[in-house]
Formats: sequence, C-alpha cells, structure tokens
Amino acid sequence: MAWIELEHLSHCYQAGTEQEHRALDDVSLAVEEGAFVAVLGANGSGKSTLAKHLNALLLPTSGVCRINGLDTAAAADTGELWKIRQQVGMVFQNPDNQLIAAVVEDDVAFGPENLGMPPDEIRTAVREALACVNMTHYRKFAPHLLSGGQKQRVAIAGALAMKTRCLVLDEPTAMLDPQGRAEVMETVCRLHEQQGITIVLITHFMEEAALADRVIVMADGRVADDGTPREIFRKAAALKAFGLDVPLATELGLELRASGLDVPQDILTDDELTSALVTLADYPHGLTAATREGRG
Amino acid sequence: MSITLKHVAYVYMPGTPFEHQALGDISAVIEEGSLTAIAGHTGSGKSTLLQQFNGLLQPTAGRVLVDDVDINPKAKKDRAAARAMRLKVGMVFQYAEQQLFEETIEKDIAFGPKSLGLSEEETAERVKEAMRLMHLDYETYRKRSPLALSGGQMRRVAIAGVLALRPKYLVLDEPVAGLDPRGREELVKTIRHLHDREHVTIILVSHNMDDIARLADHVLIMNQGRLVCDASPREAFAQENLLEGAGLKLPHVMALMKELRAKGLPVRMDCLTIEEAKREILNVLKAVKGKGGKKHAQ
Amino acid sequence: MLSDITIGQYFPGNSILHRLDPRTKVVLLFFYLVLIFLCKSGISYGVMTVLTAVLMLLSKVPMRMMLRSLRPLWWIILFTFVVHIFSTPGEELCKVAFLSVTAEGIVEGFYICLRLVLLILLSSLLTFTTSPLKLTDAMEALLSPGKRVGVPAHELAMMMTIALRFVPTLIQETDRIMKAQQSRGADFMTGSIMKRMQAFVPVLVPLFLSAFRRADDLAMAMEARCYRGGEGRTQMKALKITSIDYVAWGFSILLIAAVLALR
Repeated sequence: MAWIELEHLSHCYQAGTEQEHRALDDVSLAVEEGAFVAVLGANGSGKSTLAKHLNALLLPTSGVCRINGLDTAAAADTGELWKIRQQVGMVFQNPDNQLIAAVVEDDVAFGPENLGMPPDEIRTAVREALACVNMTHYRKFAPHLLSGGQKQRVAIAGALAMKTRCLVLDEPTAMLDPQGRAEVMETVCRLHEQQGITIVLITHFMEEAALADRVIVMADGRVADDGTPREIFRKAAALKAFGLDVPLATELGLELRASGLDVPQDILTDDELTSALVTLADYPHGLTAATREGRG
Repeated sequence: MSITLKHVAYVYMPGTPFEHQALGDISAVIEEGSLTAIAGHTGSGKSTLLQQFNGLLQPTAGRVLVDDVDINPKAKKDRAAARAMRLKVGMVFQYAEQQLFEETIEKDIAFGPKSLGLSEEETAERVKEAMRLMHLDYETYRKRSPLALSGGQMRRVAIAGVLALRPKYLVLDEPVAGLDPRGREELVKTIRHLHDREHVTIILVSHNMDDIARLADHVLIMNQGRLVCDASPREAFAQENLLEGAGLKLPHVMALMKELRAKGLPVRMDCLTIEEAKREILNVLKAVKGKGGKKHAQ
Repeated sequence: MLSDITIGQYFPGNSILHRLDPRTKVVLLFFYLVLIFLCKSGISYGVMTVLTAVLMLLSKVPMRMMLRSLRPLWWIILFTFVVHIFSTPGEELCKVAFLSVTAEGIVEGFYICLRLVLLILLSSLLTFTTSPLKLTDAMEALLSPGKRVGVPAHELAMMMTIALRFVPTLIQETDRIMKAQQSRGADFMTGSIMKRMQAFVPVLVPLFLSAFRRADDLAMAMEARCYRGGEGRTQMKALKITSIDYVAWGFSILLIAAVLALR
C-alpha cells in the first residue's frame, strides 16, 4: 500500500451554489514513502487544493484521500485529524504568514505543544529540528528580523519538530530571492536524502522540479501528465501549452536539436547538456593549444 | 535628460543605537531611454536607493536630480517644481497588487490622475491609455473588481495605476516575483514593449540575473550600500568575482556557457539569451569540426 | 518613518528582577501599587521610595531609560502638583492672583506627585524586565483559574501572542503601502483634517485586505500544525517558581506588614 493514496478524488469549492467551482476532478494518485514528487501546473490548475488534501486541511467532496492508511474524511469524523497532520508537515508560500510566535524557538515548539508533548521532549525536538535546517544560531530571533529563506527554514523546522514523515511544500520559494531559494531547496533535498522524508513540492520553478524523482503535471483539476523529470520535460511544447516551462538546459538542448545537432532530447541539467556538446565536438580530453590558436 | 545621483548617502535612524548607513556616496546617471537594471542581494541597499528617485526618502547627503531639477530643494520656492519632477518618476513596488483598493479597475487606475487634480476627461483618457499599455482590454476589465483577477493581471492593473501618471521614468521593483511561468513571460514581454515601443525609460530592480540579462542595456550593481559596478550587462557579467562578492550569480545562460568552456569547447561566455547561446554553440561546433577536429562518431 | 517605532520597552538582561517568575512580578506589582495608595505618613512614603530605588538598581536597567518613561507624563505630574498647592485648605503662605498657596498644599502636592512617580516607575520596571511573551504567559496562568467560569484564558493569551508577532510586520506593511500611494500622488501631509482622513482610505483598505489574508493564511498554518485550542496543550517554557520567587514573596510580606503598621 502506498503512503499517500488518492482514489477518484474530486473537490468542489462552494458546492451547491452558483459559484460552484470544481478545483479537483477525479484525481487518482499514489505516492510511495520516501519519494520526492514535484507538482507543476499553472495558476488555478488545482495544485494547491491537492496539497491541502494531503494534510486534511480540505476534505474530498467525493473520492478518498488516504495518508499512511488513514482516511482523512474518517479521521475528521473521529477527531483524529491531528494523527494525519502530525505526519504531514505543510510549508506555505508566504513566509510571513505561517510563523505564529514572536521568537523562533517558540514558533518551532508550537506543533509539539499542540500535540501535548512533555516540555523536555519538546525542548529536544526543537533543538534537533533547528539544527536540521541550520537555524540554531537564530533560535532567539524575532521572525521579522529574518530573511525570507530563513523564515521558510523555520517553517520547515516547525514541521520537523512534530516528527513529521512527509513535507508538503506549496510554492515555498515563490517569494524568495535566489539565495533564499537555494537555501530552501538545499534543505529540502538534504531532508529527503538523509532522513528519507517524503517530499511533495509544488513549484513554478522548473529547475527545482528537475531535482525530484517524479513530476506530476496538473491542468484544470486533473493530472495531465505523470513521469520522471526526464520524461516530462522532453515534451517542451506540451508543457508550454499548459502555461509551464522547461529547465534552461532542456530548452537550449531542444533548440540545438531542432537546428540539426545530435544532442539527446531528454537533457535535464547544465552538466548533461555541456557533456553532450563536448562529446559532439569530440574533444574528450579538452582543447589542444593548436586548436585554440586556430580559432583565435 | 536623466536621473542623476550626486554623492548620495543615506543613514537610517541617525543618532540612535539603530543607526545604519544604508547608502554611501553613490553617484550614477540613468539616461532617458535606457533600460537600467539595479541588481543587488537583499539588504544591499537597492530598495533604499530606488526610494531616492522620487523623494520617498531624502538623502542624508548629496543630491538627486531629475532632468536637472533637484527634487529635494532647500528653498521653499523650488518645492512645487520639485514635486512635479518627483511625479515624473513612477514607482511600482514589489507585490504592487497589494496596493489596489478601489471597487473597480477603472477607479483604481484613476486614483493617480485624480490625486493630481486632473479633469474627468483627462483622467478617463489616461486610464484608457494605461490599460492599453498594460494589455488590459478597457471594455472587458474596467468594471471588474481588481480582487477578482489572477495574480499576474492584478499586477498589471497596479502598474497601469502608476502609468496613468504618465511617468517619464518607471521604476519596477521585482516586477515578476511570485508569478507563474506564463505570467512571468507575459509581463517581461510587456515591459520590453513599454521600453521599445512606448519609449518609457525603465529602471528594473531585481535580484534575478536572468531577467536582467535579457532585458537591461545598463546595469548598476549594489553591495553593502555602495555602487560597485556601473556598466553594460556584458561588461558587468564579465566580472564574476565582483558579482560573487555582491552575493549574485551569473545569469543561467552565461553559467552554462562558462561550464561548456571549462569542459574545453571554446565558446564565448557573454551570451545573454538562449538565442545567442544557440548561435554561438552552432558556430563554434562548425568551426571546430572544420579546423581538423575529429569527425563525430560515424 | 513608521518603521522607527519600537514596540514595548523590554530591556533584555539577566538581573534578579529579569529572572523572577513573571507571575510573581505581576502579583507583587499589584500589591505594591495598592500599598502606595494606602501610604499616608512620610515614613511609609519613604519606605516605598527606597524600595523603588533599590528595585531600579537591582534591575540594572540604565537610569536614563527608566526616567525617560516618566517623560510623557511630566505635564500631568506638574499639573497635579499645581492643583494641590492651590486647592488644599490650610495655612496661607502667599497669594498668586486670587488663589492662595498653603503649606499643607505643598506637602500634599509633593506626596501625590511622589505617588504618581512611584506608580509609573514600578509599573515600567515590570515591562522593562519582563518580555511581552512572558507577560502573556503570566496572564494566561493567572487567568486560568477563571476558565471554569468561562474566562477564555488560553484564547486571550494566544491573541496577545499573535498580536505581538504581527505588529512589526503590519508596521512594515503600512509603511510600504503609504509609500506606494504617495508615489501615485496621494498626499497625507497637507489639507484639512477631513481631507487627511480621506487620504488614508487608500492605505487602510489594502491594509485590511492584507490583514484578513494574513489571518486566513495563519489560521490554516496553525491548523496544519495540529492546533486544537488550549485543551491538551503543553508548553515548552512552562513557568517555574524558583527560590528567588520565595525570597521575593517573603520579603514582600514583611514589607507590606511594615508599611501597613507605619502608615
């Protein structure tokens, strides 16, 4: 049984009114424990709605959402939602709107406190969680004095302190500068690799999605495509039609291919593209002085 | 005509324990008709700098001239002229959609012209013009609530609200931040169009080197409150140490070309767009093969 | 401009007063304030003055900062003094216009002013040595016996916590929106009061919209982190009574008894 299971999941906002809006339409998905899944989609494609189901912030209008075997709708009836939320940590887009306390360490403690953990355990959990995201030094800071990237790392620590097993990140880097974006992505990748935390990353940045081992493309509330980044990004034209993009290396590779160069069509990273081009020029050992003069 | 900074310095909260020198001795010229980018890492002083352009902050030392008029005059008689010049500089803040407040898009865009005391007809005229410039259809959108739009469209409305003041210089602070890829792409095109076709001088403030590489013709780089580079994009990005020192990265295309060069393909590094990079790679591969490189595996 | 405001006047430190449990501080402050109102004789006033001075020294808060907290109330203190000089009946010293200055008036005025100054200094000692967060915790703890009769102690404390967290954010935001509207020609500085109030509509509407959006986001973030109200919640930094608190209580009981006897 997969860790996250969605079966024919649909979600309607304001169901039964004139403004009824079907944000998710018959979505079926399974995500294994320890996976790193990126979800792509233009605005309004339903990806945020999907994310909120994983933490039972929203419940299915029809269909089933199961997290580690727990049905979210059933858990809501029995008052056991916290069991799901403790296992699935959420990080949202706006770093300013998800930190609750006026001091970093108190904020990280918020989740464990809600779970009723004894104070000593909370202290240990907070210390470990802050160390995991390299924010120990800032534990006494007020959130408004931190950079965007640092705030998002504190938000991640807040989830880790609850001993979460899965992180759902809803455009966590959209409002950050390049440095903050790099900090957050580095943290997410490290948590995935070293602690085996399941990652569901919703993003508008194709380079971030290329880091995942699976990419899901959403369009109009449905899963439009699902595969490895390599399989997905080679379909550049289709992605652009969904209002999405491809990584720069993929795009340049496809353009060169269109101009008649024999580069592979499923290039993902800069390294793959440059290596392919060098092989193409057949200079496995670098340039000799003679050819360099020849060109100059 | 230009915006000229002469030895501008700015100190936050002088005389308190929180005193902090945000800008130190900055001199620069932003020419009319240019598309100037101000790059810098968060906290480099670029936000403080841009607020000098229309007098939101007044320099602690030095002068700011817009079209040769000091916008922070000492003499009282010069104040009216200075205020008029300040309004020649339109300022679009980061996440500008958050400043929308009227019930309809038309009314919101009209806020600026109305504050200037323009007549109804003149105001209506300017609203139409601003919406046209931002590619918002007047009839479709004018009666809609700005809050019912998508993020990208809301931002267009906010920019139109500034364009309705008919600024000669338009300052855009991180204009594409937070938009989805389609929204980003469309807004970049619109900015291009504003500059190339409508001849608005644009000052683009950003920490995204990719956007700067494909848009700007002049780059100012800020680091720790100082201006560390004032050059064309090609010259600026050629100084990698300087970029790194300022906490910035090479534009992605250039980084890729650099990697390619490091692996032994003698390509030029200073390609700013995918199109340029593609042409350079094709040329170099052709040249290399022609000059006796072994043919690719048969 | 707006971002220059600093909220609260907490002075971080590690003095004995800083280390006292905030509940002890709040309750003792309450007793001391009542005690000051009960003072009648010079001796009792003297004792309270010495107490305040000693506490100020113990707090290690710079004297200048302490005295600054009196500044906004300076005029009220002076006014009270003048009113008492003229309005207390007794032996007339001299006459100013048709009002007479009395010796009793000067003494009475002095005591009343001293009372005011002590009240202000003692209260600000609490805020100087206790972080707003600890004050909130103390409030929750002291109100919690009222839960049974329906006092929402936890909810009030949570509101305080969130308010403290978001005040700086909202100040930054107000500053930004004001600047954005100013750049569109809005004028907050000139014109009649009515006109200036109207000028704030374009600031207040976006500010409220954004505050509601934040509230919505925050509520979701709290829920996502298993927030279920105060029931079954623990605290990482649970308040703890230490030996300093016992000493403070013992000393205070003696002091209260002494002042009551001497008053």
